[in-house]
This record gives sequence, C-alpha cells and structure tokens, in this order.
Amino acid sequence: MEALILTVLLTSVPLIFAAAGELVAERSGVLNLGVEGMMLMGAVTAFAATSLSGNPYLGVFAGAVSGGLTALIFAIFALGLATNQVATGLALTIFGTGLSGLMGEPFVGGTIAGLSNLPIPLLSEIPVIGALLFNHDLLAYLSIAMLVVVAWFLKKTRAGLVLRAVGNSHDSANALGYPVLTVRFWAVLFGGTMAGLGGAYLPLVLTPHWSEGMTAGRGWIALALVVFASWVPSRILIGALLFGGITIMQLAGQARGWAVPSQMLSMLPYLATIAVLVVIARNKEFSLANSPACLGKIFIGNR
Amino acid sequence: MPAKKQTSKSSKQNASQTPLLEAIDVCKSFGDFTANQDVCFKINSGEIRALLGENGAGKSTFVKIIYGLLQPDRGVLRWNGQPLSIRGPQQARDLGIGMVFQHFSLFDALTVAENIQLAMPPGESIADLSERIARISKEYGIGVDPEARVHNLSVGQQQRVEIIRCLLLDPKLLIMDEPTSVLTPQETEQLFTVLRRFAQNGMAVLFISHKLDEIRALTTAATVLRRGQVVGTVDTAGKTSRELAEMMIGVKVKDVARQTAPARAKLLFSVTGLNRPRESAFSVALRDVSIEAFAGEVFGIAGIAGNGQDELMEALIGEWRPGGRNIIHLDGADLSQEGPSGRRIAGIGFVPEERNGHAAVPSMSLSDNALLTGHALNGTVRAGILNLGGIRDRAAAIAEAFDVRLPGVNPLASSLSGGNLQKFVVGREIIKTPRVLIVSQPTWGVDVGAAVFIRKAMLDLAKQGSAVVVISQDLEEIFAISHKVAVLHDGILSPAIPAKDLTAEKVGLLMGGSGHGDGATA
Amino acid sequence: MISMTPRKDIPLIRTIATPAVAILLTLIIGASIFAILGFSPTGALYEFFVAPVSRLDQIGDLFVKACPLIITATGLVFCYRANVWNIGAEGQLIFGAIFSGWVALNFPDLPMMVMMPAMILASIAGGIFWALIPALLKVRFNTNEILVSLMLTYVATLFIDWLVRGPWRDPMSFGFPLTKMYSDAALIHRVDLFGAGMLGQLHWGVVGALILALIGAFVLSRTILGFQVKVMGDAPRAGRFAGFNPGLVTIGVMALAGGAAGLAGMVEVSASMGQLQPNVSFGYGFTAIIVAFLARLNPIGVIFAGLVVALAELGGDNAQMVLGMPKVVTGVFKGVLLFMLLAGETFNRYHITWHGRRASQPEP
Repeated sequence: MEALILTVLLTSVPLIFAAAGELVAERSGVLNLGVEGMMLMGAVTAFAATSLSGNPYLGVFAGAVSGGLTALIFAIFALGLATNQVATGLALTIFGTGLSGLMGEPFVGGTIAGLSNLPIPLLSEIPVIGALLFNHDLLAYLSIAMLVVVAWFLKKTRAGLVLRAVGNSHDSANALGYPVLTVRFWAVLFGGTMAGLGGAYLPLVLTPHWSEGMTAGRGWIALALVVFASWVPSRILIGALLFGGITIMQLAGQARGWAVPSQMLSMLPYLATIAVLVVIARNKEFSLANSPACLGKIFIGNR
Repeated sequence: MPAKKQTSKSSKQNASQTPLLEAIDVCKSFGDFTANQDVCFKINSGEIRALLGENGAGKSTFVKIIYGLLQPDRGVLRWNGQPLSIRGPQQARDLGIGMVFQHFSLFDALTVAENIQLAMPPGESIADLSERIARISKEYGIGVDPEARVHNLSVGQQQRVEIIRCLLLDPKLLIMDEPTSVLTPQETEQLFTVLRRFAQNGMAVLFISHKLDEIRALTTAATVLRRGQVVGTVDTAGKTSRELAEMMIGVKVKDVARQTAPARAKLLFSVTGLNRPRESAFSVALRDVSIEAFAGEVFGIAGIAGNGQDELMEALIGEWRPGGRNIIHLDGADLSQEGPSGRRIAGIGFVPEERNGHAAVPSMSLSDNALLTGHALNGTVRAGILNLGGIRDRAAAIAEAFDVRLPGVNPLASSLSGGNLQKFVVGREIIKTPRVLIVSQPTWGVDVGAAVFIRKAMLDLAKQGSAVVVISQDLEEIFAISHKVAVLHDGILSPAIPAKDLTAEKVGLLMGGSGHGDGATA
Repeated sequence: MISMTPRKDIPLIRTIATPAVAILLTLIIGASIFAILGFSPTGALYEFFVAPVSRLDQIGDLFVKACPLIITATGLVFCYRANVWNIGAEGQLIFGAIFSGWVALNFPDLPMMVMMPAMILASIAGGIFWALIPALLKVRFNTNEILVSLMLTYVATLFIDWLVRGPWRDPMSFGFPLTKMYSDAALIHRVDLFGAGMLGQLHWGVVGALILALIGAFVLSRTILGFQVKVMGDAPRAGRFAGFNPGLVTIGVMALAGGAAGLAGMVEVSASMGQLQPNVSFGYGFTAIIVAFLARLNPIGVIFAGLVVALAELGGDNAQMVLGMPKVVTGVFKGVLLFMLLAGETFNRYHITWHGRRASQPEP
C-alpha cells in the first residue's frame, strides 16, 4: 500500500512540472501544445548528460536548459512570426519527438545512476509520513516548490499581475505600454524549462534508461491538467495526483490479476480528462474568472 | 444637449504663452497610406480643444503619436517649449499626458484596484493607492468600488475607472477619444462638468469627437483634420455645426429631403411583445418590445449603444428566435419561428451593424458576399451546386447600381473602403426590393458622400412602398430620415413618436430613461 | 525591430513558391541537424529522400504511402477551413479499421461485390462515430475539440490493442497480437497497369484516394456545402447571419473528416496488411495534419502535399532499415516542414520590414 502511494506521488512529479509551466504560459495567453516534445527533449538531454558525465545533477540542468531552448523555437514562430499557435505547438511536438529520438539513438539500451534521495532531517523520521513525504529526490521537492512559487508569483507580485493582464486583454496591456510579446516570451520559456525538468524526471528517477517517446503522452495529459485545474496552480496538485493515481491503478490491477483488462484501466485518465473538460465548459462563471480570455489569440500590435 | 459652454478666455492669452504641447510638421505613414501629413498643432494649459475629423482623417494616429504609442516618421514635438521624442506611453505618462481611449483598455477579469494599479508606475502600495482614489473620487464626484471586477461595471462606470487612472498621474494634458459615444445625455453633461473643472484647475483637455453640437457646447477651439492634414484651427463660438461639418468633409453638405408619410399606409411588419432574457452579464434583456412598420414609412429606433440594439437586431434577423409564436409578423404571416433564410424568402432584407465579419466576410470576394444573403433566392444555387457566373453578375449589378467604387473585378471585400462596402451591403438587400428593410447603424464609420447616398436609397425604397426600420445611434440621422421615431433604452422600446412631434429634448430624455440618470453626483 | 503590416492581396507567385521554399529550407535545416549530431548529412538526405524512389516500381510505393494521407487530409481540409481543430484523425482512422475489420472477420464468405462496399461503409461509419464524440461535445457543451479528439486518440489506440490481443486474436497466431487474415474478398488488390504489370505495391485504393481529393475540391469550391464551411471558418457571425447553422456545420465537417480517416484506415489494412494488428496506423492521423497545411488547405494541393510527405515517410522506413534509426526521426523533417510552412504563411499575409531603432528626433 505504501509502495502504491509512493508511486502515485512519484508519477505525479513530471505532470506537476509540465502543468505548472504550461499554466504560466497559458495565463499569459499562449497555448503551447508542444509540451510532449519539450518533455522528450528534457528527457533525452538529461539522460545523455548524466550518461556522459556521471553526474545526475548535470542531467537536471541539461533537461531544464533543453526544455527552454525547445520552447524558444515555439516562441520564435508563434510570438515572433505570429504563426497559428495550435499548428506551431503540434509541429514542436512532432519535431521534439523526432529530434529526441535522433539524439537518443546512441544511448538506447544504456542505464544511468539517477538522482538519489535527499531525506529532510527530522521530518523524514516521522513514522509512515516521513518516509512517504520527506524522503525524496531534489526534483520531487523542486516540483512542489515551483508550484508554490508559481501561485505566489501570479497572485502576489506585480509581474504576475501584468502577466494575468496580458492574458486577459493583450490590447489593453499594449495600450498601457506593457510589452505583450516580451511577457509572453518569458512565460513560454518558463513553460519549456519546466517541461524539460518534468521530462528529465523520467530517466533520472522513474525508469533509468532512454527509449524514444518515453513520456508516453504525459505532455498531453499535462495540457489537460491545466484546464482541469481551471488555471489555478493549487488545483494542479490535486489533478496530478488523481491522474497519476489512475495510471498506477492499472499496473496494480495487472499485478493482482483483476478481471478488467489493463488497456481499459489505462484509458481512464483520458476519459476522466474528457469528463472534466465537459464539466468545466458547462460552468461558465467558474471558468470566466480565471481562464485567460486571450488564450491562443495572435497578437500583432503596432509593429 | 449639454447646457452651458465654457467662457472663452484663452484666445487672448495664446499670443504670449508657451504652448503646453506643440507639434511641428508631424508625418506618419503606414506602408503607402499617409495617416498624418505635416500636422502642426498647439495647445495651452487650461484650454479645452476639440480635434475634429471624419473617420480615417488621422485623429487617432496623431493622438497615438502624442501618447507615444506610435513614432512619427518626421516632425518635432515640443513639451513646454522643449523638443523631445515620446518613446512610449510610460514616458508620456511621466511627462503628464493622460489618455482615455474610446475602447477602454481595461482588464475585465481583474478588479478596479488592480486595473488602476497596472496603469501606475510600480512602487505604490495598494493601500496608498486606494486612499488617493478615494480623494480624487470625492474631489471630482466620480466614484467606483475598488474591489468590483470590471466586467460587472456599467459603461459609464468603466469610463470613470479610466479617468481616475489618468488623474492619479496628475496629468497636465488629458486626451479623450470619442468619450460620449457610450454615454447618455445626462452622463455626458456630468462628464462635461468634470472636464470644465479640470480645465479651471489648469489642465489642458484634448477632446476628439465628431459630434458637432457637443464640440460647440464644450470646447473653445477646434482643430479640424481632413485626410491627414490640418484644415485649420477655429474658435468654435463663431461657427455653426454646418460650417464645422463643411470644414471636416470639404464639400457642402446637402440635406436629405424627407417626404411626409402616406396617409393611410398598410401595416407590413410588426413585432408584438417581444421578450428576450439576458444571456450574459454584458447583454441586455428585451422587455415587451413592439414595433409597427407601415408601407412607405421609415421607422427610426434611436438609442445609445448598449441598450439592446444588438439583441433586438438579432431577434429581428432571426439569429435569435423567441420560444413562442405570433410575435413577429410580415403582412399577416407568422415568422416567429423562421430563421434568417426563411425571413429573407418572405421578403425581408437585413443590414446588421458590423460590416466586417457580420454583414460581410472581409476575406471573401464580393460575389461570395452577394451569395451570403442570396443563396436562398432563385438562380443562385441549383441542387446544392453554385451558379458562380450568375452570382458574379449579380454582385456586379449591385456595385453598378449602388455606386460602389471597385479596385478591380470581383475584389475582396476587405479591399473596399468602409463607405463603399457599406453601399454594397445595403445595395445587396435593396436590389431585391424587399418588402421590409431592417438596418442597424446604416452610416456608421462611412464618409459623408456614401452616407448621403445610403440614406437616399433607403428613402427611395420607402417611397416605392416598402417599410424601412432603421436602428441608429446617430440622432441627426434619425431626425433626418424617419417618419416615426421610438427610443430604445435598457431593452424597452418607447411608443412611436411621429416626426412632427419630435424634439431633441424628448428624445434625449427617453434615451436616458425618461430623465433618470445613473445617479452620480454633479 | 520587425514591423508587420497586412498585405492587401497575395500575389499568386507567393502562393506557389511558399511550399517549394519551405521544402527546400526543410532539407537544408534537417541535414544540418543530422550533421551537428554527428550523422552524415548527405547520407541522411540520400536515404530519406532519394533512395526510396530510385527505382521505378518505388514510385508506386510512394503513391501507396501517400494514399491514407491523401484520404485523411482531404477530410481534414474541410475541418480546418471551418476552424474546427480536429486533432483526432488518428483515432478515427483506427475505428474505421475496427468497424470494417468486424465485417471482414465475421462475414468472411461474402463475395467481393458485397464485401467491399460493406467494408467501405462500415469504415466510414466507424470514423464518423469516433469523430462525432468531440463534435457533439463541442456543439452541446462547447468543450475544446482539440483536447477531446486528442484524448480519444489514446483511447482508440488502447482499444484496438485490447481487441487484437483479446477477443479478436487469431488462435492460430502463436501468441502474436494478430487477427485472422482477411479473406480475399476483403483485400484491395494491386493495379495491373494496362497489362504491363504492377507498379510496386500500387493498389486500387490509390485511385480511390485521388478521386476523393478531386471530389473534395469540387465540393469545397462549387457547392453550397463548401461555401458554408468557408464562411463559418472565416466569419462565424456572418455564417449565422446567412442562415447557416454553426452546430450543423461543425458536426458535418467532423463527420466528413472522421469518415475520411476511417476510410483511410480500412484501405490501409485491406491493401497493405490483410489483418488487424495493434498498429494499423503509424501516426498517419497526425501526419495528415501536416499534409493539410502543406496543401494550404486546398484539396487539389493535398495530392501533391501527400506525395511529398509520403516521401519523408518512405524515407523514415528506409532509414530505419539502412541506418538503424527509429522511425520517429522523420519527425525532424516533418516538424521543420510545418514550421517553415507556418512562417511562409506569415510572410505571405504580412509585409515584413526590418528597420533599426525607433525613429528618433530628426535634425532640426
């Protein structure tokens, strides 16, 4: 049972990273569908850097940087050249998947020594809870920390206010003289860096090898997660645990020989996301307050 | 109409005073379109100046240059005699230039306080800010609740938020772009009182408008722009509205002659007790609206924007349909459940307010746009297949008959000027000689020549025996062409007033809800 | 600083040149990426784009690879023109294969004259069924069709995996996840060209694909249906004004796209595999999106775009065999191609000039 809870917690880490990052991008008005591609780039560079240097923390760094660079490609086209954001995001996913496959070619079949756990003194000695919550690796702690930072940033800082304003009405923000594209640029880059960290988590902690497409759709789930959380950071944690939990049930069910076929269980997260999408869409006032009105809309301005 | 005008004391002082803001030979082009050419402009402290011009004359461009949103291609700006360039709105605000746009730059999901904070330079706490907001609200009588989310405020209240945003920066020059287009006459009077107070305290006010009566009531002088150039700066006291209009458009304005309605006309189109519930926080409920349009008559519906015109037009077109029956009739036939196509087949033509994206598709050709409202007619579609040649001929015929200047054969709608596209969109319906023509804002954003043409075409259609219903925010237009007038306020339509009984006061009061303003202090 | 002003009209030369330039840039950039990562750029280009079509019969294979792309992309063109962002063609394709597979496996003794039409209809029904879910949810609840259709793709992939490993598995397949082979009546045969022999794997499905693209072009440009699609995509408010029903148009284009994708699924199985397996599609549903864009959302263009992208697909297969690269690597070329196309679209729609720092105070 404990092992189950632990696995749920661990599986949710990549989702938390990617969703928190995408949330920031979307609050600024940008829909970046390339999360899957960015995560894969993070995963492959993290694996490669760790494999070549022997230092998993270098892998963390590499994963973050590559996620950011991949997002930069998106920013150049969708923000710089005002291309259609949906198509650009898809292109990024296809490109990122392909490039990561190419880069990972020489590393297939290898393994690395991933991140080790960093138990928090005192807290980790609490019976039961200590082992579950306070004996994790750096990235796991970082994911929660980043979620808190994102929530604080959006709610309490001036820069966060500006970002929310840009996502609500880029025309008004432009009229006030705020650099809409610059704000979005940094939001997108942040989203990419976080996606890269989320992707890096896979080879560094969960399964210490590389295979092409190893994110297995987590990027798409992260996208759904942002909507599920109605663009509120605190709800991402709940959603990530739920989604991670459902995926774990499938493995557990398989091990226990449940009658339900494993594929059906695997379908649950995707079906759950659809259900949530319907619920959110039906409740307009609920989403109106937080959903960025400019999401996906192209901004040209007075250039 | 707003009452007292500010006494002109500034003209004699101008000679010796350094102007607060001066522009010399300012030029700005976009591609090969010249928006401003050699514009020279001066304004002094304490002056209320009008900036007058038609759509496309260059007023917005010039004002954006002053506010730093655009950079001039050539020319010099001087502030208190010092030459400088204004690189952005932030710098403009630092100098002491405030601007209230026609379309508010507010963030509707955020609170009033957050909106105001975004317009301030960083560093001030919300508490200090709230205190200053309260003080200013009291001094000028323009209060709003700081915690309210902007999308819950009325338009007049939203404008106040914009004004407060500007005031907090202690502006020396306040620019207002068409501020009264969304206000009732009472709110307009309140605004003018506030502006006069600003001017008395030494602020300069630049007031962009095309409403000649208001300009003459409020301002001391008017700078007239036409086609990107300054035509002149004149004292508004000495000019009539007609003279100002002539400066604005450069030709003599010919009145549209209105006939008296036939004595016993047949009732062609009627709406009886139309109710439409509110669909969102921003929409207006229609309550018990009734219209009777007779053959040979133009029925004018006046009202300020945002009082239900959009909702009414959608209901008349059939884009929205009431749940019941026997509400909308054409010559006895019940059309309540019919959609737009059904109503067109019955003989009604529609021209909605927005020609870009509603009445016409800008990215499509004129022939495609002709097909938009013609696909239910004979000859355009056979067994699902389009008769492209026939449709093209039809579009050409419309352009020919309605003086639409085309930049080529079958051009895209987006390549036509506003006036020409509007002539096409109106002509598209009139050429079918509909029994009823229902139009909203027929001459909005249209040059005077096209406006005159369109109004004449509508009157000619009425003369031929059709009924014409015109929804318009332009009172001058309503007065010029209607045989009967009703006023739409907050979703309620007043009883119809025959033209001979019309006065501006009557209509103005109805537009404001029979004399009840929105309760602000004077 | 870049400045962008909309163009008044787009010269024809640009419309034609853009895809060509995009392809050229893709090759250059792709090759550079290979070079940077230590692979031979010329080798890569050769194995990806030249080797696959160096023999005459391989031309036939090119058309075969393009076949499902052309069919699916033709349907997608209608969706995207109507501004309905169907990303789930992959899942719709799978369900087309499933429904037609049901016919083939349960009625193996039908004669071809009955079997083929039945399978075609079943596949279209399967694709429509899967596409109607996001369509109805969008019309009824205003849910985002991008995310819903995407989620359903994963569901479809898992479903066919379960079917083929479970209830539909051929007991004689020695544990491999395969269904029984289709009977001969359910297979699409290769084309015998004027008695001169077969051209690679060229089969009748290709002919069907080309005809479908032509029909699509006609419907889009010359029928009231196509007009409704274009108006709804460009200006939905004008569409309602014209009396068109936005919900019906949404459902209609999704059904068209879904049906087309389903048909593509059936053709792929019947022409190339002869039985169902977990992977009936290799990302064709997503690749078809790129084809639609490369074709600039024009059904005739879909034919040429399909061939170009099919070349990249063949290249991927070849590279896997010869260079040992995973198939996803074609994504490098496909992704860059889409980027180039999107950028080209911007350059076509806007007049872009570069000028130095903002105009400062001129000399008095």
